[in-house]
Amino acid sequence: MPGKGSRALRFWQLGLFAAVLLAWYVLTSPTLLPPLYFDDPHKAAFFFGEPLKVAARIGDWFSSGSIYPHLWVTLVETALAFGIGTILGLVMGLWLARSPTASTLLDPYLKALNSMPRVILAPIFGMWFGLDMGSKVALGVTLVFFIVFFNVYQGVREVSHTVLANARMLGANERQLLRHVYVPSAMSWVFASLHNSVGLAFVGAVVGEYLGSSRGVGYLILQAEGTFDFNAVVAGIVVLTVFALLLDWLVTIAERRLLVWQPRGGETEKI
Amino acid sequence: MPALALEDIRVTFVSPDGGRYTAIRDTTLRVAPGEFVSVVGPTGCGKSTLLNVAAGLLQPSAGATRVFGEALSGVNRKAGYLFQSEALMPWRTALQNVTAGLEFRGSDGADAVARAEEWLRRVGLGGFGGRYPHQLSGGMRKRVALAQALILDPEIILMDEPFAALDIQTRHLMENELLELWSTNRKSVVFITHDLEEAISLSDRVVVMSAGPESHPLGEFAIDLPRPRDVAEIRLTPRFIELHGLIWSAMKEEVLKSYARQRQ
Repeated sequence: MPGKGSRALRFWQLGLFAAVLLAWYVLTSPTLLPPLYFDDPHKAAFFFGEPLKVAARIGDWFSSGSIYPHLWVTLVETALAFGIGTILGLVMGLWLARSPTASTLLDPYLKALNSMPRVILAPIFGMWFGLDMGSKVALGVTLVFFIVFFNVYQGVREVSHTVLANARMLGANERQLLRHVYVPSAMSWVFASLHNSVGLAFVGAVVGEYLGSSRGVGYLILQAEGTFDFNAVVAGIVVLTVFALLLDWLVTIAERRLLVWQPRGGETEKI
Repeated sequence: MPALALEDIRVTFVSPDGGRYTAIRDTTLRVAPGEFVSVVGPTGCGKSTLLNVAAGLLQPSAGATRVFGEALSGVNRKAGYLFQSEALMPWRTALQNVTAGLEFRGSDGADAVARAEEWLRRVGLGGFGGRYPHQLSGGMRKRVALAQALILDPEIILMDEPFAALDIQTRHLMENELLELWSTNRKSVVFITHDLEEAISLSDRVVVMSAGPESHPLGEFAIDLPRPRDVAEIRLTPRFIELHGLIWSAMKEEVLKSYARQRQ
């Protein structure tokens, strides 16, 4: 698949990355250039960090293994928030979509909860669940839940009437309709929102850690900020970004596996 | 005793703002066991509504539905339904779609799979069981739907313009296959279509509906063409043309009425 065009594109992408790194290095190095803006040659490095030191810090974290406990905590929080939020969203979505009374009753409250900036709940969760993982998972769950919930709700309501009527004619009872029609149809919507919900679970974990914790990558960044160690802050951000990309990639693989039945764009395999 | 009897059916839809729309009224349709009946009429004449009543998917406002003499309540378990639009479950493969009915009725496992494979072969799709609906063409999807409905061996087959979306060659092919399947194991068929030629070439009897709203049967015509038939060839016989002329003269006015109403 990678043709000439995509190879050239890859080259330019890497080139752009290298150029940015080089500019960062040249502009922040205390010895390379005379200071352009700051009166002290070390000030640029203080405010913007230095790429080589950031790389060294990341290397140090991984070679000494000191980052693993933090990374582990953040990833477990993400996984738990994602799992719990998805299950809750799925159950509530299925229930409300099939029960018009409950959905009209709860509609304004759900809208209110959804439009509320829920990150603000982090301190409250800190009080309720302590500064350990619990409060971070809770924050992530509130973020993930609404995405999954609204998608499932939409998915169930948009189940094709014909498919539903057909399943009924084939003899499906209510329970079988739920299992063989509503849930698979809703799942495709859940997967469509998977990138979003995994991303937000991660955001919930990191923001929760940042606002108060004793472990996790968010905590690491907070500590570094406390000592004005800009290199460590950037190193933490780089690690977070890489793992966010990794999670996103895993989601893409899961999606491909689980949604084989959906046509993909440009696919022309018809006979 | 008729396999399916719709007696004095009236269907009035009520919209949330209080508006009323009577799709069909005073409609009686009886289908004998093993009889192939087509219902034709202009677009929007409530043909599909009538079929949904027969399927038990829609409760009539007045009138009764009887299946082999018994009053119908809920979904008609003796009927198989072929829908006009896509009705296959897209998350199931062709084979899994065909086994669905058996699975819903509690007969799972190897036996169901073997029977489904046999049915796929019968509709010309042996070897395509592993494909998902989106990987099949429109005609193939219709065949899967046919196998899906017929594997349950329904006494009554309800078809709602099942071949309307297909190109004319595929359509003739499917119609011939349908006739062949039907002739080996004669069931009652109610076939809805707006295509008079299709109706005549397939049926034992054609019922003409008036233009909607308040659609009702205008008349019915016995089709005495010999079987077995080839749907493409039979259109050229003098008797076919004669019948076509006869039924069309009854239908024409209604089609024009429906057309005029739509242009308003």
